[in-house]
Amino acid sequence: MKSERVLLAHGSGGRLTRDLIEKIIAPVFDNPELGRLGDTSALSETGNRMVMTTDSYVVTPLFFPGGDIGKLAVCGTVNDLATAGAKPVALSVGFIIEEGFSFESLEKILLSMKKTADSVPVPLITGDTKVVEKGRGHGIYVNTTGIGTVPDGIDLSPERIEPGDVVLINGPVGSHEASIICARNDFTLGSEIKSDCAPLYSLMESVLEAVPEVKCARDPTRGGIVSVLAELVESSGYGVALDEEKIPVMEQVGSVCEILGMDPLMMANEGKMIIIVSDEKAGACLEAMRRVPGFKESKPIGTVHAGKARLTLKTPYGTNRVLTMPMGNQLPRIC
Amino acid sequence: MNKQEPFRNKNNVIAVTEKIKRLYPGGSLKLMEVCGTHTMAIARYGLRDLMPDGLKLISGPGCPVCVTPASIINAAMEISEIPGSVIVTFGDMLCVPGSEKSLEVRKAEGADVRVLYSVFDMLEMAEKEKDKNFIFISVGFETTTPGIALSALEAGTRDLSNIFYLVANRLVIPAMDALCGSGETRIDGFICPGHVSVVIGYGAYRVIADKYGLPCVVAGFEPVDILLAISELVERVSNKTAGVANAYGRVVTEKGNLKAMEAMNRVFRPVTAEWRGIGSIPGSGLALRKEFIRFDALEKFQIELSSLPDPPGCGCGDVLKGIIIPSECGLFGKRCRPESPIGPCMVSSEGSCAAYYKYGVDDG
Repeated sequence: MKSERVLLAHGSGGRLTRDLIEKIIAPVFDNPELGRLGDTSALSETGNRMVMTTDSYVVTPLFFPGGDIGKLAVCGTVNDLATAGAKPVALSVGFIIEEGFSFESLEKILLSMKKTADSVPVPLITGDTKVVEKGRGHGIYVNTTGIGTVPDGIDLSPERIEPGDVVLINGPVGSHEASIICARNDFTLGSEIKSDCAPLYSLMESVLEAVPEVKCARDPTRGGIVSVLAELVESSGYGVALDEEKIPVMEQVGSVCEILGMDPLMMANEGKMIIIVSDEKAGACLEAMRRVPGFKESKPIGTVHAGKARLTLKTPYGTNRVLTMPMGNQLPRIC
Repeated sequence: MNKQEPFRNKNNVIAVTEKIKRLYPGGSLKLMEVCGTHTMAIARYGLRDLMPDGLKLISGPGCPVCVTPASIINAAMEISEIPGSVIVTFGDMLCVPGSEKSLEVRKAEGADVRVLYSVFDMLEMAEKEKDKNFIFISVGFETTTPGIALSALEAGTRDLSNIFYLVANRLVIPAMDALCGSGETRIDGFICPGHVSVVIGYGAYRVIADKYGLPCVVAGFEPVDILLAISELVERVSNKTAGVANAYGRVVTEKGNLKAMEAMNRVFRPVTAEWRGIGSIPGSGLALRKEFIRFDALEKFQIELSSLPDPPGCGCGDVLKGIIIPSECGLFGKRCRPESPIGPCMVSSEGSCAAYYKYGVDDG
């Protein structure tokens, strides 16, 4: 039964989100660059050398192990630019602050944004602030928009994916969402699970210097690696076969997922990049990834093939299962 | 080392799979599992691909969400429209369609619908918001019911007058009995639910094993757990020995958890209950005992449950009885998909159709 209203699940990054954007939002603006629905859009006036992206952040709790809404707001937008291979040039920020929000918390968030932005580096050059009445704001919402420049000779696009290409990732998956779930529900399972929130420009800079021929990069945020790869399968018409044994998941994240009945492959990451590269260049690409501090665990996790256009996962037992685009939010198990 | 490791270990999976192939007597054999978590685990690990030709693993009515009648969802909808009502539920129930819509949609329309992980959270909410009535959609088999019973006992101790239960809890053994008795499905053995058995004990299945001459083996949820149970079942079918066995010895005992059973029996009594898609099964549901009737939502809000037909073409009933596999339902993957479910089997995280769809099971 089709919904007449926007549901929470429309914001989860899965099938419903895609439908909302593709069927309701994008058609209104009828613009070919928007219609590509990429993580970034190119400014044709600059010969497509400049790209732009925007993202809004509504996470609760605002402060979580490994980060906060401010750090997330900088990383998310820098990372979207990085999927185009773009060097970040500038960020803008918009704040919607709820009446009663403490200045202490606001300053913490601002300092966190500054620290993260400086680490990239990218300046924050313009912004806007609004205050809404108590009850209308959940503390604070943040939007960041970023522009970046794509170096000559770099063309990252899902259209370049071909059979034989290798799928790489820079580390374990599911940690960000697991960290949020634990923080939100006050689950304490041994030691804290930290979000993997991190800016990835340095990762892409290293990769593109070593292997400018890299085909495509996507950051698996809401909906996890399954969401990103299922979309790539749909748009490319090729199949992708993943190997479960090769996909890194931190042990604690795995434990939380088992207790709740959730799948780490469908959980959000905020410091991960899926990189698709030709078989011949995969070795050099991995070396370039592993050279960057924090990304020693970079691994190949699957391959693109010309068989049935599906995303499949080989289990450790040699059996295969199909992974479909997650529909909405994953629901924790009852029993 | 993770304690579960031996039960996930590749070599152990291979070894038990080989054993099953050696023991398999040939011909056609149907083993039914009656636990939504088994449905998902079997699909997730691709265990069907490891079975010898002819050995079919079929799903039964093991998902408590899937078997909850639409009339319960409709009752929740009705109550949600009463000012001051808060519908409290486990996450799974949110997306299950009633006759018109789901609680997810009601939530978007402005109803106060809250998801919780533990029913005890409702008691805390009720203490804090005394001006509201909290109505819990109480579903689950014997795994979940004792916890719900304990919450009712606690609510009594705390003298809470603003919490209510919309009771739709079900019992596994009467459902297995009804399935076998109907003769509609050919079943050669049962893979018995792991967590339900922690509560009721593996001895509880003797009544089924003896009455119908079918072997019943309790299984855990790791791949080796399930394969060990299948291996035991195949051996028993081959030797025509039936009986019950426990392949989940690390948590399941013969008598089960007596304290949990006691709590359950103190608060609830067995009643005839409707199972969505299957119909009425005597003694298969639970209702609050007289002492606790003040917590009953239907009593409080004076709502009568009506028996409703399933949507036309919906095959949930036959799927739940193991008569067809999800892909054999005419609506599967076409009009009935996770984003637009017609029946509950597609939307519950442990529904057969959801498992088939999510894991792309292609079981001819």
